[in-house]
Amino acid sequence: MQTPSPDTEFFNHLRDGRLMIQRGVESGRFVYYPRFAEPGTGKPLEWAEVSGFGTVYAATAISRKPPQGPYNVSLVDLDEGVRMMSRVEGLPAEAVTIGMRVKARIVDDGDLPLVVFDPVEAGA
Amino acid sequence: MSEDRFPRGRTAIVGTGTWGMGEAPGLSSLEIAAQASLAALADAGLAPSDLDGVFGCLPDDMFAGLSISEYLGISPRITDNNRVGGSSFQTHAILAAMAIEAGQCDVALIAYASNQRSASGKLVSASTPFLYETRYRPLTPISAYALAASRHMHQFGTTREQLAEVAVSARKWAQLNPDAFMRDDLSIEDVLGARQVSSPLGVRDCCLVTDGGAAVVMVSAERARDLRQKPVYLLGGAAETTHRWISQMPDLTVSGTAEAARRAYAQAGVSAADVDVVELYDAFTINTILMLEDLGFCPKGEGGRFVADGAIAPGGRLPVNTNGGGLSCVHPGMYGLFTMVEATRQLNGTAGRRQVAGAELAVSHGNGGVLSSQALLVLGTAAAL
Repeated sequence: MQTPSPDTEFFNHLRDGRLMIQRGVESGRFVYYPRFAEPGTGKPLEWAEVSGFGTVYAATAISRKPPQGPYNVSLVDLDEGVRMMSRVEGLPAEAVTIGMRVKARIVDDGDLPLVVFDPVEAGA
Repeated sequence: MSEDRFPRGRTAIVGTGTWGMGEAPGLSSLEIAAQASLAALADAGLAPSDLDGVFGCLPDDMFAGLSISEYLGISPRITDNNRVGGSSFQTHAILAAMAIEAGQCDVALIAYASNQRSASGKLVSASTPFLYETRYRPLTPISAYALAASRHMHQFGTTREQLAEVAVSARKWAQLNPDAFMRDDLSIEDVLGARQVSSPLGVRDCCLVTDGGAAVVMVSAERARDLRQKPVYLLGGAAETTHRWISQMPDLTVSGTAEAARRAYAQAGVSAADVDVVELYDAFTINTILMLEDLGFCPKGEGGRFVADGAIAPGGRLPVNTNGGGLSCVHPGMYGLFTMVEATRQLNGTAGRRQVAGAELAVSHGNGGVLSSQALLVLGTAAAL
């Protein structure tokens, strides 16, 4: 039997509408990007659905030729403790700030689904 | 962990060469590397036939060590293309020092060149895209450093003016170096007003895209005494790799240089306070601030305030990147070897108008990938042995 690629599994979960992140079966530590074994220990990993809530850790607005405005690229720390590169949508790129609370959304992007984030209203 | 040993003072850099600084139209990367290598050999008073160890990189040639050896007409005992980005050359020097000490080679060449400016006008990358970053369209490598800068500003209050101060200081050093590519006046306002690329970094926060090649020749301390130039001894050398991609960097405000510097200083028996000249890899203005912290010249988070008011410019309290750096002198894709060339020239007294008086101890630092691999050498004159 062929071993499924952790990459393929990750995107299959996204296609099913679920943001699943691996964690150590023993340690419970979440791990991103998808791998065959837990970094450091080399022990088995399992998939777990995560809340999708996170906090912007770092952000940049990338300039484009006018009239297009800049676009955002952020590093987002999920509440479960892993960091992802992504983008925050729904506001100008320059308005994305470090510390902002965000929530994941799965979007279509060519052959593979993509995880992006939206700002979370205060108190939500 | 085993004891971290280094053959302190047992090997020396005895020749340096550069070629095609800025623009070298019509030449291949290999041809520029060969010219730089011949210049370094001539500086040492040696011929290609004296070489029996070759370390090197070229931007587009995975077999660079073989190509350089063949071009120079030699059959080295050790050939090494180890490639960890712009810090490759510090790593080469560490390996060369151990090889010379062990008798695996006697005369080692370290060489690099790129014709990227004339050939393509942009960075030539030998890197595979990363599925979990590339689709968000970060500019590689600029956005990675922009993210690090955004975090440093958020966490420590570092300002764009302080980043600009790094670029202005580099330019003032470049104005003392006839080999530097950009030597026109540059003000803080010029840097702040320059085209934004990936916030908070504008185009003047970014290194140059130039051609250029560099080479150094290393031998044992015994052999060095009979050669033309004043020997510049390797007192310590250490490296640390923390990640490959920026989203995997544990803390964007602390690079592997912090740990590598701790080990290199311990090998050399020195501390940052003893260092007279710092040549660090300034791919972007944030690098200089981060690396001055991680190299121990100021506490973590204080780098922005440390560089203010011309502190690292000519006449300031610490000479940093005295050739003008990757920001104003030369940046042919990988810059790390140029910090070794400049540190050596400061220590053997051949740095011309930008010579730092009485320089006995220098740091040559390299940065690879996106703050991913860090390496440094502690270099000294005979007085520092």
